[in-house]
Amino acid sequence: MLLLILILTPFIGSFLAAFLPANARNREAWLAAAIALAGLIIIGIQFPQINNGEVLRYQLDWMPEYGLNLVLRMDGLAWLFSMLIIGIFLLVVVYARYYMSPEDPVPRFFSFLLAFMGSMLGIVLSGNLVQLVLFWELTSLSSFLLIGYWHHRAEARRGARMAFTVTATGGLCLLAGVLMLGHIIGSYDLDVVLASGETLREHAWYLPTLILIALGALTKSAQFPFHFWLPHAMAAPTPVSAYLHSATMVKAGIFLLMRLWPVLSGTPEWTWIIGGAGVCTLLIGSFIAIFQHDLKGLLAYSTISHLGLITALLGIGTPLAMVAAIFHTMNHATFKASLFMAVGIIDHESGTRDMRKLRGLYRMMPQTATLAIVASAAMAGVPFLNGFLSKEMFFAEALLVGSASNWWMPLAAVTMGVFSVAYSLRFIYVFFGRPATDLPKTPHEPPRWMRFPVEVLVLFCLIVGIVPSLSVGPLLHNGVEAVLGEKTPYYSLALWHGFNIPLLMSFVALGGGVLLYVILRTRFNLTYRDQVPLLYRFNGKQAYESTMLELRSSASRLEKLLGTRRLQPQLLLMILVGLGAAVAAAATAPQVWSALQPSDPHLPFTLLWIIGGGCAVAAAWQAKYHRLASLSLVGGAGLVVCLTFLWLSAPDLALTQLMVETVTTILILLGLRWLPPRILSIEQDRKENRRARARRMRDFIVAALAGLGMAAISYLVLMLPAGSGIGSFFLERALLEGGGSNVVNVLLVDFRSFDTLGEIAVLSIVALTVYGLLRRFRPAAESMSLPPQQTNFVDPAAQQPPAEQAQSGYLMVPGIYLRLLLPIILVCAVYFFMRGHNLPGGGFVAGLIFAVAIILQYMLAGTLWVESRLHLQPHRWLALGLILAVLTGLGALLLGYPFLTTHTAHIDLPVLGALHLPSAFFFDLGVFCVVVGSTMLILVALAHQSIRSHRLPLSAADVADSTDKEKH
Amino acid sequence: MEAVIAIAIGVMFASGVWLILRPRTFQVIIGLLLISYAVNMFIFIMGRLSINKPPLTLDSPVEVGMFADPVTQALVLTAIVIGFATSALYLVLLLTSRGLTGTDHVDGKEPRQ
Repeated sequence: MLLLILILTPFIGSFLAAFLPANARNREAWLAAAIALAGLIIIGIQFPQINNGEVLRYQLDWMPEYGLNLVLRMDGLAWLFSMLIIGIFLLVVVYARYYMSPEDPVPRFFSFLLAFMGSMLGIVLSGNLVQLVLFWELTSLSSFLLIGYWHHRAEARRGARMAFTVTATGGLCLLAGVLMLGHIIGSYDLDVVLASGETLREHAWYLPTLILIALGALTKSAQFPFHFWLPHAMAAPTPVSAYLHSATMVKAGIFLLMRLWPVLSGTPEWTWIIGGAGVCTLLIGSFIAIFQHDLKGLLAYSTISHLGLITALLGIGTPLAMVAAIFHTMNHATFKASLFMAVGIIDHESGTRDMRKLRGLYRMMPQTATLAIVASAAMAGVPFLNGFLSKEMFFAEALLVGSASNWWMPLAAVTMGVFSVAYSLRFIYVFFGRPATDLPKTPHEPPRWMRFPVEVLVLFCLIVGIVPSLSVGPLLHNGVEAVLGEKTPYYSLALWHGFNIPLLMSFVALGGGVLLYVILRTRFNLTYRDQVPLLYRFNGKQAYESTMLELRSSASRLEKLLGTRRLQPQLLLMILVGLGAAVAAAATAPQVWSALQPSDPHLPFTLLWIIGGGCAVAAAWQAKYHRLASLSLVGGAGLVVCLTFLWLSAPDLALTQLMVETVTTILILLGLRWLPPRILSIEQDRKENRRARARRMRDFIVAALAGLGMAAISYLVLMLPAGSGIGSFFLERALLEGGGSNVVNVLLVDFRSFDTLGEIAVLSIVALTVYGLLRRFRPAAESMSLPPQQTNFVDPAAQQPPAEQAQSGYLMVPGIYLRLLLPIILVCAVYFFMRGHNLPGGGFVAGLIFAVAIILQYMLAGTLWVESRLHLQPHRWLALGLILAVLTGLGALLLGYPFLTTHTAHIDLPVLGALHLPSAFFFDLGVFCVVVGSTMLILVALAHQSIRSHRLPLSAADVADSTDKEKH
Repeated sequence: MEAVIAIAIGVMFASGVWLILRPRTFQVIIGLLLISYAVNMFIFIMGRLSINKPPLTLDSPVEVGMFADPVTQALVLTAIVIGFATSALYLVLLLTSRGLTGTDHVDGKEPRQ
């Protein structure tokens, strides 16, 4: 439970910090520090148990059957790393309080930093490998955000992108590796995985798994050939560099290798991949570090080289090498974090990090200078400092690699020692010499508490360096035991082991380093050299940039090749895929063609469908040449469909289809006016080229095949007996439980009322969308003018407004009887609505009838006339309907039933007699209101377009012009 | 009877497919209407054909085979209304597109000749 708190508090703190005011540097720092202190206490009180060799576990089941649970697990190694992560975090927070300028958005910084710490703790405390990968990616993400913290700088953005691309790609490889590992072993649980090293190493998939996991670890820990992202990540604020890019995040890869060391190591492949990468990295990193001008750049390459050293130790694979690796991880974190902070102080106080400019800083900031010199001595491996001890162990292990005659490894180790002494000297040199005068700011000592974290870390370097076994002995032992278990070797952390070869190597490295530095300075103009000799061709950044460029251009090539923005190919593809799927399904379907005897065709029904089919085909043919005819033909087909529903015992469907058919036709009629002039004749089309004709032939074949397929499937289905289905369930319960005998209506407003609620919501959304789209509607220029029929001077009706035509013009007869019909149709609507629960009808049908009644008046006398007499506000109908439907549902909830449960009441009214009143009635009323509202809103919005364009000034010349065009 | 229905569905579907592959927006909307008829019919016949058996359980006790399947009918009823909404939306989109681009081609621009 404590472990869960440990993981969660940083994330909660991150959330809180984001909401603190921008100028509250102190409050944010206190928040972060408090979280870190709490974490330290929690870890501290676990020490006795850890020291006894216990493993703490906390498990929260999520999907146990898939082996996916939240497992937190703390052993000696995890304890050590957690201590490192939180301890250095605390120091970095203190430091960052003074480093960050008041102008920076500090809440963001602390929020990201806390999130990063949480993710890092998540990695080291994960007891489940998939969970580990998740936190791994979270560190990549928060590192991306932190590197790009000063996002107004191009280099920060580029560095962040590069770091994220490399580490997240590595993370994906790691995920693949972990999934393979889980597949081989059969569990993602760390305890199980650690116990089954044999199974894995003998499995055929061992090598690919190893390579994938190694890719994850090597990218994260900036190992050759992926080291190039780390120097570019130095665009981050210095506290971030000190924390992420020296002490913690880059150690995640190392931690993973240590964690899986018992499972993966011990094979030649492991030694070659991990050891090889480590040795290359340590040599290249330390060599390039000598030639940097930027202090942070030097430290970055030095970090790369030290990470390489640890990786090489892990690659060697002996238990003693593991001891050295863990030990060096701790040592490196302390001295490198303090060095980064010292560089940050120099940068902060002098305004530059360029070693070509910085001189004689010792006189201006003696205390900081002393601290930095001690820390860099630790980096160089000077005796009495912690770096010396672990480097000595590395030399000793290097000697044991291969046989006695194999001297490559010791040579590489000593060379790296020489280089690291040289770059440490280069670093120290900024403190000596004649003080520089051309610095942007005059340097002086930083605030007391800004130097404090550096002092603490340097003190650790000294303590560990002088009395190792008393200070870190037990901690290191716990860590080592957690990895090695019974294989833990005997080792001694003493400073003095007598005169032996490793000691000799240390002194060769120290002497050689000083010599190399002097030679480079005097002979090769080290201070002002711009290029790294020999290795400048190895430009990882260039390779990265060209890879990204290549990816981008090939993606666009692929898009050009495979993608299209044209609708027709997409639709064609969709239909072809549908056809293909149907054929594939038919190939595997049971080969039953007819289990039933086909029933006799009715002659009238057949005739009906000869008409219907003819309408459909003719509509397809005429859609290009004669839109009105085509629309009428579609209406014909729709009516036949409607009659079919009626024929086949679906009166509700027939009613709805009839009304929808009417409304749709009116709708499209209203839209016809805004379409471009039609192609007048088929003859005009005959001149088309051969390609167009081929295309039509292809589409015709596709359409014919689709129709044939659809017909075949329909016939096949009809020839098979119906399954039991759920129809009888509703039939039996509609009257008893739903209180209505029209089962379809009861289904809609009761059994499946949630579905209907969604449907009326969709209707409302569509209506509002249509309204919104039409508010900004701009018709094409040539359809602005009045159609020729309305500008005909011979016809007296052309001079009259629509209302007048209906009042006294040629529409007088329909005018009279349509106005008479209005109340009758409205009564019809009410009738269909009221009887809907028991007989065909219901909210949908009634709503549509109601809407049509109003629309008829619009059609007759024009928009202006109707709207001056009838204040119909469709928006309110929509809102009312939705509210009514939802309230009905909530009412059931209030009485303790599930949402939308229906209750039926029978009320006896004096005149009307017994009234059947289920609560579904109110729901249906809501449906009715929404249907009326949305239909009216859509149709009226469209109808209004005509008046809007009429308001535009239209000169006679324009009219003549457009009529001329029509004639052509 | 079954063959007539099957052929009817096939003819409407084929006409619709032919139309939605055409380049003009009006052809596509007519095609969508025809396809929605075909698909609604197709869903409807999944409950099989029954004549003079509307699912109105007025007072008689319910027995298997006495009524048409109400489930497909309810589904199709929903589909008809939603079909109306999508046709309306498509119509307005095609009008807006025509107003913005000046053409009634489905891609918003005339193909190169």
